[in-house]
Amino acid sequence: MIAARAIALCSLAAFAITALPVRASEIPPSERRSGYSFMAPDTKAIQDDDTANPGMLWVLDGESLWKKKQGASDKACADCHDDARTSMKGVAARYPAFDKELGRPVDLEQRINLERARHQGAEPLALESRDLLALTAFIAEQSRGVAISAGEDPQLEPFVAKGRDLFMQRQGQLNLACANCHDDNWDRRLAGSAITQAHPTGYPMYRLEWQSLGSLQRRLRGCIFGVRAQPYEFGAPELVELELYLMSRAKGMPIETPAVRP
Amino acid sequence: MPSALINVPAKAKRGDIIEIKALMSHIMETGYRRTAAGDVVPRDIITSFACRYNGSEIFRAEFFPAIAANPFISFFTVAKESGKFEFEWIGDKGFSETASASITVA
Repeated sequence: MIAARAIALCSLAAFAITALPVRASEIPPSERRSGYSFMAPDTKAIQDDDTANPGMLWVLDGESLWKKKQGASDKACADCHDDARTSMKGVAARYPAFDKELGRPVDLEQRINLERARHQGAEPLALESRDLLALTAFIAEQSRGVAISAGEDPQLEPFVAKGRDLFMQRQGQLNLACANCHDDNWDRRLAGSAITQAHPTGYPMYRLEWQSLGSLQRRLRGCIFGVRAQPYEFGAPELVELELYLMSRAKGMPIETPAVRP
Repeated sequence: MPSALINVPAKAKRGDIIEIKALMSHIMETGYRRTAAGDVVPRDIITSFACRYNGSEIFRAEFFPAIAANPFISFFTVAKESGKFEFEWIGDKGFSETASASITVA
């Protein structure tokens, strides 16, 4: 009698375990949210009003750089690409994208520098410099509302996989993977702040903490430093692969650049 | 490239209370930070902001090092007459910027 009860309990326990939803390693599409939805109303209001959003200061700077003649060619971006409102619409939603010559993905900042080298005969802009962030923000702002489609190119497949591996890999003195927070605990808080889901919908973005616009690479380096690992240098292929994986995670979500975050 | 973003309603009814918003690009370096070598980073902040409505000053603010980069100011006034709002920011290292916006009051 007791034995039979024990068996019944065991099978019930086994049933309960198998019936529990297995914690998916990635967030199901129906539960995906932009970092915007985690913010307080005051911070949302800053992003929503283009005359209050400080990211728009960089967009304005980027617009004048777009029209400024550069390098040995004495050509501006606008001389080839004309009106960015049409020519650049949707571009940021596809980046990082595969570069045939390099045989690997490049992000939007790197693409701008490649265009400068290949078509303008101009020196590359320093990564994370105000000018490069401004041009990137101006170009990305043209894609506001466009659904993210990065990572669809079949040539990118191995690089998306590498980025995903990096995201899942534990690292640093705290021995944490990106996924430990952003997949497993996005609905919780860390030191009072929302953890959020790692959907890079609004880069380059204005972080109130930075008091500046910054790139996705800057954000990633911050997180890597946070788990007490050695961050990759700006422009490192590993960071681009992570960017690519994160953008492919956010597939279909609208671009918000320049987003505002706490 | 200092630039300003101004938000003044283009039209208002006489007597309406209107909100005016002004955002100025500025690093607001406090003067309290040091470089890796230990040298003080010199203070570089906006020290004053003023707004004139058809020539008469309606708002003035003094700024201090604790104010964040790219300061955003919002204030209210009464729409009295059509005309021009003029904004002026003055700061360290000879910083001086102006901007303006028009309003039609019916």
